[in-house]
Amino acid sequence: MPTGAGASAADAGSNTGRPSGRRRWLTGLVIAAPLALAGCNFYPSYGASRGVTEQAQDTFKLWSGMMTTGIIVFVIVMALILWAIIRYRKRSDEMPVQFHENVPIEIIYTAVPIIMVLVLFWFTVLTENKVDATQPVAATTTASGAPVVDITVTAFQWGWRFDYPGLNIGVAGELTAGPDNHGPQMVVPVGETVQITLVSDDVIHGFYLRDFNFSRYAQPGVTNIFDLNLVKTGTFNGQCTQFCGLYHSEMLFTVKSVSPSQFETWASSEVHAGHILQNSGSPSENNPPAGENTDPASATALPTATPKPKAST
Amino acid sequence: MTTTVERPELITPEERGGPDAHGTDGHGPADHDLDAAHQEHHGPTGILNWLTSTDHKVIGKSYMITSLVLFFIAGIMALVIRAQLLDPSASLVSFQTYNQLFTMHGSLMLYLFAGPFAFGGLANYIVPLQCGAPDMAFPRLNALSYWLYLGGSITMLSGFLVAGGAASFGWVAYAPLSNATNSPGAGADLWLMALALTGFSAIFTGVNLVATILYLRAPGMTMFRMPIFSWNMLVTGILILIAFPVLFAAVVMLFCDRHFGTHIFSVEGGGSPILWQHLFWFFGHPEVYILALPYFGMVTDIIPVFSRKPLFGYRGMVFATMSIAALSTGVWAHHMFTTGVVLLPFFSLLSYLIAVPTGIKFFNWIGTMWRGQLSFKAPMLFSIGFLFAFLMGGVTGVLLASPPVDFMTHDTYFVVAHFHQVLIGTTVFAGFAGFYFWYPKMFGRMLHEGLGKIHFWLLFIGFWVTFMPQYLVGLHGMPRRVATYAPDTGWGTLNVISSIGAFIIGISFLFFLVNLWMAWRKPIPAGGNPWDGHALEWFTSSPPPHHNFTHLPPIRSERPTWDYNHPDHRTVVHKGGDKKIAAHQGDKEDQKVGASS
Repeated sequence: MPTGAGASAADAGSNTGRPSGRRRWLTGLVIAAPLALAGCNFYPSYGASRGVTEQAQDTFKLWSGMMTTGIIVFVIVMALILWAIIRYRKRSDEMPVQFHENVPIEIIYTAVPIIMVLVLFWFTVLTENKVDATQPVAATTTASGAPVVDITVTAFQWGWRFDYPGLNIGVAGELTAGPDNHGPQMVVPVGETVQITLVSDDVIHGFYLRDFNFSRYAQPGVTNIFDLNLVKTGTFNGQCTQFCGLYHSEMLFTVKSVSPSQFETWASSEVHAGHILQNSGSPSENNPPAGENTDPASATALPTATPKPKAST
Repeated sequence: MTTTVERPELITPEERGGPDAHGTDGHGPADHDLDAAHQEHHGPTGILNWLTSTDHKVIGKSYMITSLVLFFIAGIMALVIRAQLLDPSASLVSFQTYNQLFTMHGSLMLYLFAGPFAFGGLANYIVPLQCGAPDMAFPRLNALSYWLYLGGSITMLSGFLVAGGAASFGWVAYAPLSNATNSPGAGADLWLMALALTGFSAIFTGVNLVATILYLRAPGMTMFRMPIFSWNMLVTGILILIAFPVLFAAVVMLFCDRHFGTHIFSVEGGGSPILWQHLFWFFGHPEVYILALPYFGMVTDIIPVFSRKPLFGYRGMVFATMSIAALSTGVWAHHMFTTGVVLLPFFSLLSYLIAVPTGIKFFNWIGTMWRGQLSFKAPMLFSIGFLFAFLMGGVTGVLLASPPVDFMTHDTYFVVAHFHQVLIGTTVFAGFAGFYFWYPKMFGRMLHEGLGKIHFWLLFIGFWVTFMPQYLVGLHGMPRRVATYAPDTGWGTLNVISSIGAFIIGISFLFFLVNLWMAWRKPIPAGGNPWDGHALEWFTSSPPPHHNFTHLPPIRSERPTWDYNHPDHRTVVHKGGDKKIAAHQGDKEDQKVGASS
């Protein structure tokens, strides 16, 4: 679309005897824009996170490439509009040529966008397949023998519960408030595969972390499973993104990514502290039925601000 | 409008025959007298006329005034929302009020302003004029549409008066948040009732538009001579008939879940919450184009007039509209990528493909301006504002068609910025382009050009200042629909900039109101054709007589009024393969006119 339209615009203009200087300018723009944008970094961030999981980094590359393409298209179309409104503003009462079609140009600006979106779609599918790939459910190790940490994330009005069925740990927290509280924390090992099983106790919630470049609904009646492969250590803020009622704004959580040895230390200290899973077996099957937390009054009556074991039914 | 060549002879409604020459409404027998139809309408006057009228022009104006009032109410809600987000303290309104405000802001804007302003207001008024028809096909149904719409609007607003307040589950009302347990109270029921009422109003208007366009066109007005606005309204009407019944069905099901113990959308009774999303978005995505196509049509009619050229790529425009409509019924699940239970590549590819016909439209608009004589009156300025706004919204829309990119931006302010740029680009920039363009036709007086320009520039600046920071704050992780945010998130500055932009938009509309007031107090007569317009509506007086036309020009292209006024520069449509068909049609009309005169 960009080059085709640019050239065709110049062709149309050349009939008036004002010529290829413009075409050269446009061609230069087409070549220069991506180079200038790419500049020092092949994948400019455009304000997004570069990602702290393998999946997030794949998504980031797709995002960055699509943004660069989008900006080029935007600049070219914008330039055409600006050119038209500056060059062809009314200068006299002379009647303009009453032309109304140019079939070859119309075919070009139909075909070029089709090719462009097919290319974008191709890269989308490649990235999507990587982001969505998961280890077999309930596998404790990957094919190469690396461990898989299973975590069941349960969203509810208004908080989160992180259950580690393999480690017999359960962490939960509700209704965070105050500037220093970022909700319950999910601890994960860096460099290993973390398989999340995402469910909801009541309404639809959104599991989202900015640095993971990822979100997924936690829905009643649907169990979503996805893998995360952390590549960086640190603490990352997460938040419910799907509007879920009165305290949606304060349904925060964090993810802390630590080295595998620190993760083991953390796991044993949690068990010592009594933050153990109440229901052995599959926690998602034994969740309290929806509706338990649906009364806002009872939920607000629980001033739980620190991670604590969830008293499951 | 000086001419050197002799103009062709005019035909009267009597001569042109056809079904439209006779009264199709419920008026008294006097109206069937064609001479009387040329005179002022003999009926009740004043408020009683307004209450009882079945004239599409009166109903159209009623629709437009009502929807603009609702637009201002929803706009004030937006300003309260932006004031709340100025700083993280959330001091202005409570969470509960905030949730009601963004729900009603979205509902009013999408259900009660954007659609009704276009298809109930402008299209109702303009389409019969563009087609050369005396009224809509079903005038009494048209009146019923308006009264259902007014009743539905009042029903929705009355939610604020009941205990528990208005609905507060977002304009999409996702189950199970919208069930009786999670959203008790009459506010939610009133919201559902309002959707049912206004949904039927939309369906009736859709039927009326389709019937009018298919059956009441003047002789010579073949389908491919219709102005694009009318074309787009035909396609919009068909989309309404596809989408709104699904919404109505979903609303009824949700109402049964809330009150009659059914479990259609609840897991406990074996139902499926995700079914609501499928039904809602099967309505919701065609709805996006129901909101966009009429506005595309307005811009497509305005740009050629102010470029003094015919539309570039007329047929391409029509086919682009049709393909957008066709694709729009197969992309609903791109709103559901993050549910994890939809087939991603299918909905992704179809969503991407919508960029193609939309791109065609863009290049056709540019091609229309190319080598023209552009004058930047208010309607043209707003149209160009639309081009920029919609270009930005369209480019970010292509990004969101990619599921991985959607995963990273879904339900953040990135999406908020995207759809506001698309919807303000269409409903506000293009909508007010249409308003400034057709206001002289509707009221017979001009709006003040200078005030119109101030309105435009403030709106244009405010628009970018409001929404560009929202993309960024979304990429920094701010979710939508939050009443507050933690101070250490770093979102504060961007929110302040965004709120300042929103207030600039608010101020711009004060100039619009002053403009209306001045036009009311000190009328500047418009005459029948102030813009040297192209389509048939500019051939009649402003405002048009009761049955619209006393005479019609010969219709040989999509711009009969221009052809009549500029015999030296008539539209030459017939080229190559089209020649035979067009010539053939021309012959038939000549015979008809000749035979009857």
